[in-house]
Amino acid sequence: MKIERRAAPLWLRAVIPLLAVVLTFAVTSALILLARANPLQAYYYFLLEPLSNRVSIIEVLVKSTPLLLTGAAVTLAFAGGFWNIGAEGQLLAGATAATAVGLQMHTASPLIAIPLMLLAGFAAGAAWIAVPALMKVKLAIDEVVTTLLLNSVALLGVSALLNGPWRDPISQWPQSPEIAAAAIFPRLIPRSRLHLGFLVAVLVILLLWFLLNRTTLGLQMRAVGLAPQAARFAGIPVERTLLRTALLSGGIAGLAGVSEVAGIHYHLIDAISGGHGYTGIIVATLGGLNPLGAGLAALFIGLVDTGSQSVSRALGVPVYLGDVILATLLLMTLALLLLQRYRIRWTRDRGAM
Amino acid sequence: MQPPASPAVQMRSITKRFGALIANDAADFTLRRGQIHALLGENGAGKTTLMRVLYGFYRPDTGSITVNGQPASFSAPRDAITQGIGMVTQHFALALPLTVTENVVLGAERGLPLDLAAAQRRVQAAAQSFGIDIDPAARVRDLSIGQRQRVEILKALYRKATVLILDEPTAVLLPQEADELFRALRRLQNQGLAVVFISHKLHEVMAITDQVTVMRNGRTVNTVDTAHTTQAELARLMVGRSLTPPPARPAPPADQPVALRLDQVSAQDNKGLPALKALSLAVHVGEIVGLAGVSGNGQVELAEVLSGTRRVTAGRVLVEDTDITNADPRRVMQAGVGRIPEDRHASVVGEMTVAQNMALEHLGEFSPRGLLDKAHITRHAEQLITTYQIKARPDDRIRTLSGGNMQKVILARVLERAPRVLVVAQPTRGLDVGAGEYVHGKLLEQRARGAAVLLISEDLEEILALADRIAVIYEGEIRAVLPRAEADSQRLGLLMSGVRA
Repeated sequence: MKIERRAAPLWLRAVIPLLAVVLTFAVTSALILLARANPLQAYYYFLLEPLSNRVSIIEVLVKSTPLLLTGAAVTLAFAGGFWNIGAEGQLLAGATAATAVGLQMHTASPLIAIPLMLLAGFAAGAAWIAVPALMKVKLAIDEVVTTLLLNSVALLGVSALLNGPWRDPISQWPQSPEIAAAAIFPRLIPRSRLHLGFLVAVLVILLLWFLLNRTTLGLQMRAVGLAPQAARFAGIPVERTLLRTALLSGGIAGLAGVSEVAGIHYHLIDAISGGHGYTGIIVATLGGLNPLGAGLAALFIGLVDTGSQSVSRALGVPVYLGDVILATLLLMTLALLLLQRYRIRWTRDRGAM
Repeated sequence: MQPPASPAVQMRSITKRFGALIANDAADFTLRRGQIHALLGENGAGKTTLMRVLYGFYRPDTGSITVNGQPASFSAPRDAITQGIGMVTQHFALALPLTVTENVVLGAERGLPLDLAAAQRRVQAAAQSFGIDIDPAARVRDLSIGQRQRVEILKALYRKATVLILDEPTAVLLPQEADELFRALRRLQNQGLAVVFISHKLHEVMAITDQVTVMRNGRTVNTVDTAHTTQAELARLMVGRSLTPPPARPAPPADQPVALRLDQVSAQDNKGLPALKALSLAVHVGEIVGLAGVSGNGQVELAEVLSGTRRVTAGRVLVEDTDITNADPRRVMQAGVGRIPEDRHASVVGEMTVAQNMALEHLGEFSPRGLLDKAHITRHAEQLITTYQIKARPDDRIRTLSGGNMQKVILARVLERAPRVLVVAQPTRGLDVGAGEYVHGKLLEQRARGAAVLLISEDLEEILALADRIAVIYEGEIRAVLPRAEADSQRLGLLMSGVRA
């Protein structure tokens, strides 16, 4: 047996996410059996049951909303060669800024309050990534470590706010007071949880696709991401382009925080993210660093996420099974992305020639 | 039991395919004991593949191999080594922090413990008996390239090789080091060693070998005795047609203005060591200046300085009256400099299309208000593909192109802008003869148009064929600038090795 390096044909790239899903379900079926449930039944609840009625379809979209945004943020960063592992922290920064604005909007109209919150959230996310981005560009300090570490800093910062100045004066819970009514995202469908944030997220995905595929800046960002040396040689300002990529990525992740505060919770809690930033990495990878692919991946993960609750309700398996499936999915995708560059050749035994 | 005349190696009808590519097509090769046998051919003719089959690195699709008259089948180099076959490639497989002795015995000694003192004595004895001059206690990282090559040869001999395959051994050597290698090979030959000498350099083949097997397009076209052939005949066999001598051309007028001037330029390499030392050079309008030198004497850094990708620590760079000292690539291009870099793959974005790469250096012209005009980018690419006879479509990812076609894309991208100064590094490295001639033709066209061309090349034949004047670089300094009429490979070789003229 020999393993040779070669380039992956195009059709294989399209097949890989699907193959990863199939393999993931094959592997996780063992865990479902351990939980004394029927895997096929479990997958029905994971994948099909949420699509069987209007309420849970809407819930899938609600769950996908922050993932569309963090997935877009990570897709842009990775496509542009900036390894942003800090979407989680940028999301928290965005959520904090949105709350700060939202708390002051009691006399404002929604037409002012909502754009202002989006702007503040974007700016906060961009500011949160600015330090690692500048350290990368000016000092060549690896951004994987710095963006990752700032996630904990962000979480501790939110915690400090919620246990200090923003502690809810009435309940004394470590959560902020509720934001002004004018700052709450309008519902897209009355009496559902689907809010303006979903529309914002879809718009961001489409704009990102346009940026990367139809604009000079996008082409330059991708060139810097794919081959920085060649990009520099061609006269593209590599450092400035990287900085733009990073700030835009951080800003988009910040919007995810705005959307969760203004669309779902209406106040800041320290569990506001619950890992959406990290899941964004899965979304971007599964989507093949293509914004539209990331959109599909976010919807799929929203589906599994919704499904994990119905499977838990129906079959009594732990709700964490959904997390295990998503983690396995990431590992499978990464393994297949690596393997696609090689092919295994079976050669005859020695002496048989 | 074997008849004494059985050859050391006989390969019959070897075919090796890589996907659609046929690297070896029913190739035959016979190596007699005690002979130095050249395997001659252009890049891509299949020489290295055939020898990798012999060394057990590849398994042939069809064909048979006998070693000393016995059928042999190797599934890994380890099998070939036990049959007495050794191979020294262009990329040495040496552990730099270890000593010569440790490198030689690594993998050759069985069992524990390893008695290094005894091993050193054995390596010393082996080196002496083979006439290889090397200090067994030296660390490999402190050795020159020529000495490292000797360690590789000693490694093979220590494993009792009776057949030694050398893959373009002189490519990395100074002319003087090459002479030393040839003397060592003669001595080894007298001790009965058979040597396969892979090369595409005719004069070396004539100088050192007893027999020559010429390969073309994966086939072995002919095997001739070196004594009964000429360089011209070998060249004809190699390319399948006679090499045309460079066309006579008028010398450029004497009083042309200077287009590119380097004035006392100093720069550092990636390790922060001085790579260019107060280097001065001028290239006039309508002339080609060839920069000759052994690899690693500052050529890479000089090309980068002129491309806008390396800063100078002192001195000035002028294009006509424009100062481009430490300018970024964009300003360097705006000043009228066209750049054909040494590392083709590092100057294009492999995952992007031919059309995108052709537009990348001047995106502003293809994107009014920041939006990409895809139709314009594609039209532009189609036009260049036609003009420069590139075998590619605008939408092909550029990394899928052959070396020759990729080079044509880079040429097209640069030449369409009619640069006043052209900085060209190793323009035909790795290209086949046809593509190489095309590139040379284009460079001469640029000269005729009035461009000032700086041709940086490690291929002396290329420099002698194209340059009007030849500058020799050694340790970051220009040692001499000669008119072509006064330059021959002997004199250049001495200058390139640091001997002052």
